[in-house]
Amino acid sequence: MHIPDGFLDGKTAAVAGVISCAGVGLALRQVRRELPPRKVPLLGLSAAFLFAAQMVNFPVAGGTSGHLVGGALVAALLGPGAAVVVVTTVLIVQCFLFQDGGVLALGANVFNMAIVNSVAGFVIFKTMRRVVPGKRGRVAAMAFAGWCATVLAAICCAGQLAWSGTIAWSAAFPAMTLVHMLIGLGEGVISALVLLAVERARPDLVAAGPHAAGGQRGGEFLGYGLLAALGVALFVAPFACAWPDGLDAVAEKLGFAHKALAPLVTAPAADYRMPGIHWALGATAVAGAIGTLVVFTGSLLLGRWLVPSSSHHESPLAQPRA
Amino acid sequence: MNRHWHNHAPSPTDSWVRRLPATWKLGVTLTLILVTVLAPPAGWLPWFVTMFLFLLVIIAASGISLWFLLQRLLLLLPFVLGVVVVNALAPTGRANWLAIALKSSLCLLTVMLTANTTPFSELVRALQTLRVPALLITTITLMHRYLFVLRDEAERMRRARASRTFTPGRRFQWQALSSVIGQLFVRASERAERIYDAMCARGWKSR
Repeated sequence: MHIPDGFLDGKTAAVAGVISCAGVGLALRQVRRELPPRKVPLLGLSAAFLFAAQMVNFPVAGGTSGHLVGGALVAALLGPGAAVVVVTTVLIVQCFLFQDGGVLALGANVFNMAIVNSVAGFVIFKTMRRVVPGKRGRVAAMAFAGWCATVLAAICCAGQLAWSGTIAWSAAFPAMTLVHMLIGLGEGVISALVLLAVERARPDLVAAGPHAAGGQRGGEFLGYGLLAALGVALFVAPFACAWPDGLDAVAEKLGFAHKALAPLVTAPAADYRMPGIHWALGATAVAGAIGTLVVFTGSLLLGRWLVPSSSHHESPLAQPRA
Repeated sequence: MNRHWHNHAPSPTDSWVRRLPATWKLGVTLTLILVTVLAPPAGWLPWFVTMFLFLLVIIAASGISLWFLLQRLLLLLPFVLGVVVVNALAPTGRANWLAIALKSSLCLLTVMLTANTTPFSELVRALQTLRVPALLITTITLMHRYLFVLRDEAERMRRARASRTFTPGRRFQWQALSSVIGQLFVRASERAERIYDAMCARGWKSR
């Protein structure tokens, strides 16, 4: 998802850069205010950890392999502000040292992978944890948050590419969304497994994480949360509104949905492009909605599968290791 | 896909390009990329030729092997090519994809040259003079310091795990690799505590 230089035009790069600078600035302020000085080196070490964790390749079907991206995981472990700072650092170092992602496109990359990923991941993780209690809930929430954050970041990336006129929205949106709906599955499962592993080794780290780093308290989170929403609206909404207009379109799309449902279940959006562009966009949106429901259920099942029922409710005897 | 990351910075040969102040190089790099990206569709070919010649001169002066740069470029290009292919197949709104591919290759080459002729510590110092917040600078410096340490640690843990694991099932492998990553996070945060003590012992003050 690293956008290289030359793919974004001036206005997109500038707008994304301004939003990212403001977002990272607010996140830095929150971290400076809420993180005890003792934890300052943890930011740099977490960035190095993320870099090292991305080198561990997971085998996927067909000889391919995937790896962790980690924005949502770091947000769940350290809180959203720290996650924005950590992922931004990773992106800056990747850009300068390894030329992964462009220099002018850094603003857009920071927006997609640091800000949207962390904020969305954190909000979804926190909300779902409140709905589904216990350790199972944490695992399920992590899996779902990892998936959602990946897909959202990919949609923003598609919006920026389309806004720059590099790829048409009708090609970028289905391609990026569908590919990242698959990639996100791996991200969600890996994030959940890693959270479980950290919890098993050092329960105190997970328990201390999001609370110590604050979270929704304070204006900063509201600030860069709103910035993330503003950016998503800016990059994605123009295209969403360019769909066939008015109520007719909604009815039309619902018609699509009914027709699309049956083939979607058997062959997930295989020939989405054939009857035309709007079909492709509508089908992608429908596939996205269905996919979200499926993944939500799947992550609940994953939590059930990974956490045996005896350890579901934390016993008061589980003492953090000294 | 990240295997190529370890082979950056070939042999740091000394040259006048290397001795230039980092802020200058950063400024020139940014300007070149900006002009390349913003070059209008009509005028990009002459600019492309000029800039390519300029980059060739710099490459010759810096003593970086052309072969190394080509290798890196080939490793980084697949994404660019992927987008170009999607673009060429797109039903509507076809942009000038040849221009896009050449533009991004030029930008890549420019950043590669800067990165390989400037030590990272000087880049960080340049960021400091550009008034990047101190907390971000500290984080970047620490990340750069422990990047390869943690990467080697992860590799050792992965190898140790592989040599003790005799059942290759996919589910088990995913859990094993995840616990390697989880353990890596635990070790990283324990190391962070030790580093904080060491920093304080050497008179560090948080700003």
